[in-house]
Amino acid sequence: MSVLEIKNLHVNVETEQGTREILRGVDLVINEGEIHAIMGPNGSGKSTLAYTIAGHPKYQVVEGEILLDGENVLEMSVDERARAGVFLAMQYPVEIPGVTVTNFLRTAKTAIDGEAPAIRGWIKDVRESMSNLKMDSAFAERNVNEGFSGGEKKRNEILQLELLKPKFAVLDETDSGLDVDALKIVSEGVNRAHANTGLGVLLITHYTRILRYIKPDFVHVFVAGRIAEQGGAELADRLEEEGYDRYQVAESAAEAVPAE
Amino acid sequence: MTSTAMPTAGQHGLVAHSDGAFVPVQTRSERFRSVNVEDFAPITGREHEWKLSPVAAFADLTGGELDGSRLAIETTDASGISFSYIPRDDARIGTAGTPEERASANAWSTFDEALLVSVTGEDEKIAFVTRTGLGDTPRAAHTVIEAAPNSRGFVVLAGTGAARLSENVEIIVGAGASLTVVSLQEWDDEAVHLSSQFARLGRDSFLKHIVVSLGGKVVRVNPSTHLAEQGADIEALGLYFADAGQHLEQQVYVHHDAPHTKSRVTYKGALQGAGARTVWIGDVLIGNAAVGTDSYEQNRNLVLTEGTRADSVPNLEIETGDIEGAGHASATGRFDDEQLFYLMARGIREDEARRLVVRGFLTDIVQKIGSADLEARLTAAIEAELEGR
Repeated sequence: MSVLEIKNLHVNVETEQGTREILRGVDLVINEGEIHAIMGPNGSGKSTLAYTIAGHPKYQVVEGEILLDGENVLEMSVDERARAGVFLAMQYPVEIPGVTVTNFLRTAKTAIDGEAPAIRGWIKDVRESMSNLKMDSAFAERNVNEGFSGGEKKRNEILQLELLKPKFAVLDETDSGLDVDALKIVSEGVNRAHANTGLGVLLITHYTRILRYIKPDFVHVFVAGRIAEQGGAELADRLEEEGYDRYQVAESAAEAVPAE
Repeated sequence: MTSTAMPTAGQHGLVAHSDGAFVPVQTRSERFRSVNVEDFAPITGREHEWKLSPVAAFADLTGGELDGSRLAIETTDASGISFSYIPRDDARIGTAGTPEERASANAWSTFDEALLVSVTGEDEKIAFVTRTGLGDTPRAAHTVIEAAPNSRGFVVLAGTGAARLSENVEIIVGAGASLTVVSLQEWDDEAVHLSSQFARLGRDSFLKHIVVSLGGKVVRVNPSTHLAEQGADIEALGLYFADAGQHLEQQVYVHHDAPHTKSRVTYKGALQGAGARTVWIGDVLIGNAAVGTDSYEQNRNLVLTEGTRADSVPNLEIETGDIEGAGHASATGRFDDEQLFYLMARGIREDEARRLVVRGFLTDIVQKIGSADLEARLTAAIEAELEGR
């Protein structure tokens, strides 16, 4: 039984105006197979949490821990975290000119598994996953994310999620910019990975829309760098009706606290 | 470097250059030329064609006496591509171009005989000429590559081992011919190689000219292409990878001199290590006869470490208003940390991620070479360059 634990996480980021404190003590436990939605207004630190888990060098952890099955994730490099079973579906996936999707997927799979996948089974898996995500087979020979539409980039992220089979996936606003058809396709991909591999999911979103297709076990409301409220799926329904307004007072108060 | 801005006080050309009060040559085609070394003043390093080069590193080639005897070469056989030596007074010599600087003229003044690579017949074929083990003696060489009308061929002019070589290469592409010439520099670490390459393209002919510079202390390959007749088409490609202490330079000149000629110039380079240095100058002249010209040149550099310098200077001169298109672009960028993060977030180790990105950056040049064997060989050579960090 795998578990991803985040304990009292404080994260700073360097800006031109100096150091800013973004996360101010986040506690979260995600067990294998659980789906947690993190919801919150813009600027509340949701993406910072995502990138900190993945190990982006821009974010400095000043206090707290992230543990994967008891192992200290913060001591791992970005690639070690991925190999340990953490996956980040990015909000803005970057283009890698000259590197085809096929080559990229095979390189990543080889890195994660520690050995090259058996050719025949691998090609079949890639084809099947692409077909499930309604990706044209021509995608395989295109360069990673180069000239992809927003929806194509997100599908490509979920394609990797399905093929790399991590233990935990952080989905950073995977729903943003998707039309309803693409949203359904992407959600089905996440649900498939969840059903097939017991994936634990941290679903970061601004809107409740994606929660119609991916049912969360827990909903956490993120305001000003910490969890302001948590509950079950019903909390998302309440947010849909009321928005984040009732948290704004707390947020303003928190913003007034100067960073260290 | 593309700009549609109106002229401003600071615009290039509106005020005198800081590099001297002399009147610059107004048009690229009017540069001084001569086959005689004595017609060029000794080099100071301030001349526009030398000012980005480490001239002290090869004073023997620009000012000293050169050995003009035949070079040691290894050739591969191909039906329809033959090798022979022709005397200095052969009518073909000088038909593709004339030296515009002293190293080129010094070689021209000194060579004993020219190597003739003769391409005939319409079948595709490939031949290699490898110059190897030239030692430390300063040498001069002259090569003529002649593609007969309507012929097709692929010629690789390679260099390995030690060398101190100044040479001229003339490429004569007959009407309707389709020729690829690859100048492949894989010299030893201490080698110096200065090469002026002149191509003359006949009616409706096509030349793919590729400069690949990987090895050598100073490598300067300057290809000039004269699109002399209607419908001539040049694709000029370049790929270079400069390590610590290496100077790799290319001054590319395309002269559109006839109607409906086309040029595409694409040079890409990577720089890695202290003192890695590259220079790319791309001159395109569209003469007043060259109506319907279609031209585009670009240079991209990928900087992998601190302590490197890449110069990139595109120049475009247009003497007729009636063209299809003309553009240029230049970009020099650092290795993108976000690309690295993306790849590492998929479990790929840092060194392998860097390899992927660099290989990806250079791959569109490699893939355009058009010979699977050579492409595989260059891919391996690029990998080796990356390992050398």
